[in-house]
Amino acid sequence: MAAYLVRRLVYGAFTVLGVLLLLFVLFFTVTDPDDIARKAVGDRAKAEVYVQWKKNHGYDRPLFVNSEHGVADTKRYTDTLLFEHFRRMLTFDFGRSDADGTPIAKRLREGAGPSLSLTVPLFVLGLLVGVVVSLFVAFFRETYIDRSMLVVCMLAMSIAGLLYIIGGQFLVGTLLRWFPISGFDPDPAVTARFLALPVLVGLVSGFGADVRLYRTVFIEEMNRDYVRTARAKGAGDARIMVRHVLRNALIPILTNVVLAIPFLFTGALLLESFFGIPGLGSLTVEAIQSNDFATLRTMVFLGALLFIAGQLLTDISYALADPRVRLS
Amino acid sequence: MAWFSNMVVLLLVAGTIWLARAASRSRYWRESARELWRRRRLALIVIGVFVVIALLDSISWVGGARDGDNLAAFQARSIIDRIFQPETFKEASYSAPLAKVAFYGGKPLTYPGAHLLGTDILGRDVVYRALKGVRVALLIGAFTSLVVIPIALLFGVSAGYFGRRIDDGVFFAMTVLASVPSLLLLIALIMALGKGTVQVCIALGVTGWVHFCRIARGETLKLREADFVQASRALGVSDAKIIFRHILPNIAHLIIITFALTFTGLVLSETILSYLGIGVEGSWGQMIDQARNELSRAPIIWWNLAGASILLFVLVLAVNTVADAMRDIADPRTRREGQ
Repeated sequence: MAAYLVRRLVYGAFTVLGVLLLLFVLFFTVTDPDDIARKAVGDRAKAEVYVQWKKNHGYDRPLFVNSEHGVADTKRYTDTLLFEHFRRMLTFDFGRSDADGTPIAKRLREGAGPSLSLTVPLFVLGLLVGVVVSLFVAFFRETYIDRSMLVVCMLAMSIAGLLYIIGGQFLVGTLLRWFPISGFDPDPAVTARFLALPVLVGLVSGFGADVRLYRTVFIEEMNRDYVRTARAKGAGDARIMVRHVLRNALIPILTNVVLAIPFLFTGALLLESFFGIPGLGSLTVEAIQSNDFATLRTMVFLGALLFIAGQLLTDISYALADPRVRLS
Repeated sequence: MAWFSNMVVLLLVAGTIWLARAASRSRYWRESARELWRRRRLALIVIGVFVVIALLDSISWVGGARDGDNLAAFQARSIIDRIFQPETFKEASYSAPLAKVAFYGGKPLTYPGAHLLGTDILGRDVVYRALKGVRVALLIGAFTSLVVIPIALLFGVSAGYFGRRIDDGVFFAMTVLASVPSLLLLIALIMALGKGTVQVCIALGVTGWVHFCRIARGETLKLREADFVQASRALGVSDAKIIFRHILPNIAHLIIITFALTFTGLVLSETILSYLGIGVEGSWGQMIDQARNELSRAPIIWWNLAGASILLFVLVLAVNTVADAMRDIADPRTRREGQ
């Protein structure tokens, strides 16, 4: 058991290092600091401005080996971009934005709240709606209700996310005028009105894939022997569906869902950007548009870190629940 | 570039014919194909039409321009270009579908009633632009996957079959790539490689690689222990022969299904990339992105958005339904009656 946990943790740590190495390759060798600096100050800037910018943003070190220091000096290898990149990311010292120089940590703290206020309701409602609808559909499987729902899901899955947002804004915001088209307010009572539309759009766009997935899980459970036993002992349909099928099907559904939880923090890229919610998704979109590589690196790293942590927790809780692993 | 895309078209057509002939020798593939055709005739025809449009748009050559059209005279133009003649078949600005006068100002059009879906802000025909998007979509979704699949098979199958060091390496690379959320990985790759069609395709290819490699590795691991593989190994059949005769044919159906699902995934994520300003030139995503504010104009302009979205929707829907049917055919447990 302990050996398994240690092995799993070590592998997780190596994956984090692998992600950092990937980021280094992408953002320090494929596009090197010279490219980043040139994009930031412009092609026509004087050489001094360009050198100063690199110095200010910590891009002025050599990549792998710093020949200013002697061979015996460890600084020869630590005073380099490679080492600094790993050190800063692993200590959560994200530095300043390449675009406007604000500390990235501050932007992250500011953005986490708005992001969560969008993604948490979306996540909870999405799970609720998905499970209820698919339970209903699975109950009526192989009837016209089931078939027409599958067609609806297939149609819904084939529409691009961008179109849901454009269509939702147009239909609900512009034509019906139920909710404001975009905006955000720190006051929860006010911002509920702003968040209603993005949550609605998010729900509709995720509906098709969710219902199809959950329906498959429910139908698989409904074919099990214990359902026949329950029916034989005289349990009613509703009781079988809720007490037996739903409870057992929740295990595979929840494991699927737990993996999505880390991404609640990184926010929803398109929804936030379209509806003017100043969360981490908007931060990422701004970073792309302003060639802000420092912020981009941070967001990619955080996304991967959360994912790895989520997976680690799932695996460990599995191991704790599974006697074969627990007792070994 | 013209000769290059012509060669690619030739290679693709030749490769498809060769594959179809090779597959038709096996009874399993013949029956599966017949079953697929029986269930999803319409969707397959739709996909076929899209493929033909894309191929017609990929075959291009210089010359044959009308007199006085200096620019077009030196450019390689595809068959679609030659049909629509976009250099002359355009208006000054917006015009509604089949309109006889311009949308703003009401001046008579050069080609009254000829633009089936109207024209965009620069007066370009919307049907022409939407049809040009077909090739881009297939390039993003299908061509990218086709290039990536052999590489992923090489890594995935050898990792699953030989295990040990190779497996450790491939599995680690897969874990690292898969632990970055796919949209963020795409964005990071494109930002690092730079904007442009080739760069976006490479980025999409890397994300697609993970899918194919995971499937190939997982299935090979299972097959390696199967009785028929063990038996051939005991008989002294070489590894290469086992892989080509026993492993690859048995994972082919999964690769095809993953191909269809990856296709729709890639085409749909390209629309997001277009919104972020790092998409592919001339894609439906870019058309949708450019048209996204047109809905809020006072007399609403919908045809740009509609042209691109309808074609995108029809293509993705067709591929999705075919993928669904393929999954059912390959896995009889989930087979549904009727349809």
